[in-house]
Amino acid sequence: MTRQTVGSIAPRPAPLTAAEILAPLRRMRPLLTWGAILAAVALSVGESRAETLLNVSYDPTRELYREINAAFSDYWTAQGNPVPQIEASHGGSGAQARSVVDGLNAQVVTLALASDIDRIAQAGKLPADWQGKLPHNSSPYTSTVVFLVREGNPKGLTDWGDLVAEGVQVITPNPKTSGGARWNYLAAWAWAERNGQDPKTFVGQLFRNVPVLDSGARGATTTFAQRGIGDVLLAWENEAYLALKELGEDQFDIVVPSVSVLAEPPVAIVEANIANDEQRKLAEGYLDFLYSPQGQALAYRHYYRAWDTSAAAAEDVARFPEIELVDIAHFGGWARVQPEHFGDGGIFDQIYVPK
Amino acid sequence: MIRRPFVQPSSMPGFGIAMGITMAMLSVIVLLPIGALLLKGTDFGLVNVWTTVNRERVWTALWLSFRLSFLAALFNLVFGVVLAWVLARYDFPGRRLLDAAVDLPFALPTAVAGIALTALYAPNGAFGSVLAEVGVKVAYTQWGILVALIFVGLPFVTRTVQPVIEEIEREVEEASATLGASRLHTLRHVILPMLAPAALTGFALALARAVGEYGSVIFIAGNIPLLTEIAPLLIVIQLEEYNYDAAAAIGIAMLLISFAMLLAINLIQIWSRRRIGYV
Repeated sequence: MTRQTVGSIAPRPAPLTAAEILAPLRRMRPLLTWGAILAAVALSVGESRAETLLNVSYDPTRELYREINAAFSDYWTAQGNPVPQIEASHGGSGAQARSVVDGLNAQVVTLALASDIDRIAQAGKLPADWQGKLPHNSSPYTSTVVFLVREGNPKGLTDWGDLVAEGVQVITPNPKTSGGARWNYLAAWAWAERNGQDPKTFVGQLFRNVPVLDSGARGATTTFAQRGIGDVLLAWENEAYLALKELGEDQFDIVVPSVSVLAEPPVAIVEANIANDEQRKLAEGYLDFLYSPQGQALAYRHYYRAWDTSAAAAEDVARFPEIELVDIAHFGGWARVQPEHFGDGGIFDQIYVPK
Repeated sequence: MIRRPFVQPSSMPGFGIAMGITMAMLSVIVLLPIGALLLKGTDFGLVNVWTTVNRERVWTALWLSFRLSFLAALFNLVFGVVLAWVLARYDFPGRRLLDAAVDLPFALPTAVAGIALTALYAPNGAFGSVLAEVGVKVAYTQWGILVALIFVGLPFVTRTVQPVIEEIEREVEEASATLGASRLHTLRHVILPMLAPAALTGFALALARAVGEYGSVIFIAGNIPLLTEIAPLLIVIQLEEYNYDAAAAIGIAMLLISFAMLLAINLIQIWSRRRIGYV
């Protein structure tokens, strides 16, 4: 870089050429490129546009929300709003709740159990009194548990009492991993209470007739319908009707027991994940839409028991027979039921204590 | 006497940067998650970890998981070597296709494998209906779990042994034959010792893979507590109850048992390497 010139007192640095000035930058080019890529990735992850909404839901609502999202999108733009981009994620209710607790950026949750949303509230992402914010315990639609049996009901199963008979195989998912299965368990419990049997013994006998415990409701439906295992599937009413529609009405019958549960799958806004007022307006509009006559009609069409029949098709409403329904308050609420029945070492675990 | 430095400088250039990259990758991808798991365990307290694990249901599940994984790896050890031998030594129509098919269990999502196997082995499935006639149940029993574990572990032994078989020179076998050894003797005392280290590596990989397998087993197992409940399912159940500590406790138990088993296999490997002196 320096050269000795005759007559000069000190070595003088030669003037730098443009190339020499840029050389360090060029050497850093890979670093800069990577930096730019990383920054772009970080930005795209962190970016949250106001007109997007992520609805984190549970498994059997897949078909329902596909239609709701399309209908809501039309309704929302007709109101003079920009086209919203609504995404839905489905999975086991508990796993979905865990994802939201761990940071999944959901603005709206529509889960199977209030206790799962309670768990998100405990993580500080929404207020503890969330369930009072919307009508009907924040449950725009409800469902119950019915029996799906093979065509012609060959084992003659008409009520819960028949399920504990010798040689009857009952298919239900695992209450430890499936929200729906907890309702199955509680429905059996409620029947035993009403019929003078010891509920714990009865439910224990029932689960001894269960040959396969799938981890989720859809898995249990597959085991029963596709694999041909079992005589009766304890299913969500909407899943049972969906199975009839998808797999053929000539293969299965629905049996409605004398007592069942009123399952209230609740919905809520995850306050901590709302980016701005625009998004809040969208999220509130989305949940209100579930309660609108149009949203309620869609729920009826997808075999949910909703509240407002004004816009629903008559045959969708007439489908549901009257049953005596017991709600979760009867059992003392999820905060009590969850640890007592399904917690570690709880009553369900005791059913499987080795002899 | 000259004291040797603790780290002998390698005559190969680039040691510093290669070691740096290795340590960084290993830390981020392997050591950090395992460290986090162990940290979770120490937070929870050793006594609590022990009381969580020391229950009949957990022991039953751990015993089931490790026993069936071991059996599946053993099956794969025998049939994987045979398969590798066929692929390396014989030429027949469709060999390349078969060779490629061996890797499929790596590529297929495990849930797909589980559902496919269940469909085949369920009492109304293609194999299941035949087996049902002779009174054998596979799906929703421990046999079903074994089938799934064999499936996911199949490529490991074949893929580790195959290159070694290709490397064995014909002259070695010919020399053995010229010296009067029978075919069986050649196989037992010449071929198998050369294959043993690679086969053991494959066995260890297949075993490790089977122990951690969840996706495919869950569909075919039936998941009945104390009968067909695998240890990874117990972890998922604990997570489902938001009981992260208990989940970590069972995870640590699995980690320790796996580590002990892999260590034992490594020791056998070192021993077998010393015995034949090379490879």
